[in-house]
Amino acid sequence: MQEQTETDQIRLELARALVAHLEAGKNEDADRVIGELAEIKENELFTEVGRLTRELHEAINGFLLDSRVSEMTQVDIPDAKERLNYVISMTEQSADRTLTAVEESLPMVEALDKQAGELLAEWDKFRSRLLSKDDFRGLSDELAAFLQQTQRHSNSLHENLSNVLMAQDFQDLTGQIIRKVIDLVHDVEEKLVKLVRITGGKLEVSNKISDPAVLEGPVVPGIEQGDVVTSQDDVDDLLSSLGF
Amino acid sequence: MKILIVDDFSTMRRIIKNLLRDLGFTNTQEADDGTTALPMLQTGNFDFLVSDWNMPGMTGIDLLRAVRADAKLAGLPVLMVTAESKREQIIEAAQAGVNGYVVKPFTAGTLEEKISKIFERVEG
Repeated sequence: MQEQTETDQIRLELARALVAHLEAGKNEDADRVIGELAEIKENELFTEVGRLTRELHEAINGFLLDSRVSEMTQVDIPDAKERLNYVISMTEQSADRTLTAVEESLPMVEALDKQAGELLAEWDKFRSRLLSKDDFRGLSDELAAFLQQTQRHSNSLHENLSNVLMAQDFQDLTGQIIRKVIDLVHDVEEKLVKLVRITGGKLEVSNKISDPAVLEGPVVPGIEQGDVVTSQDDVDDLLSSLGF
Repeated sequence: MKILIVDDFSTMRRIIKNLLRDLGFTNTQEADDGTTALPMLQTGNFDFLVSDWNMPGMTGIDLLRAVRADAKLAGLPVLMVTAESKREQIIEAAQAGVNGYVVKPFTAGTLEEKISKIFERVEG
């Protein structure tokens, strides 16, 4: 405060001197006084710039020394990449197990359906008394074989369905892993916002213009991905509007 | 009817292969991107191509363009089965000469409908 009034006092004196010089028509002296006044202003500016520079420097140093940031870049983010790769391999394994079970089961069901159809036709003949004794003996053997095969196939189908069931365990595990990665992304986001604040940037996001050459992948609800269709019906409408 | 299925994910190839088998198309082969698919198409006498869009190496849209640019393959019916669902991409595929476009995730019914539509048009 003392300093402030001192500066004010000096400026006041200089101003008075300036008026006096101007009234007396001493232009050279007046210019000199204007120069002195400007110098006082410049000194204040330099002091302020110096203070801001020091604050910026300290803030950036503080940010770099924040152990969480270095931990994130050196440990957490490489970890997250590993985790997400593991998610890909787990979901792939699960899909493979399920597909294998389905591929094994479908032919068994088809075989049972086909044999049942054939036996049913024979059975209808028998009920209409169109089968000879020998034919009936043959039908009886076929029925026994069919029932045995049904039992075997049922056991296999049960096993395959259990495999499909067990293959769904990825949902729980990948869910936990992905949640951890989401937490990390959130942390990184906070640090980035802090960094932007330190450097004085404005937190205004320029409207993201979607690059048509970039492939967006699956539509995700709640994410702006540009002009996307939301269903196969939309695709069909769009194509038929193009003459398809 | 010989069909080539092109997708970088083996599980998606298996799903499409099984759906096609259910529809009575048992003669299928697989490739994991356009670079592998193109030579197979050029020598394999395929009647139909089912392709994803986003694949490493050569993408589905580039494969489609290569097929249309190849005098021997130009008439091959091509069905795009992809997660890409931007309007401009669907238009791009249409302009490149795709015969059908199915967005993932899709149902067996959708796939069947698009395939039979393509053959109706090709044969009719």
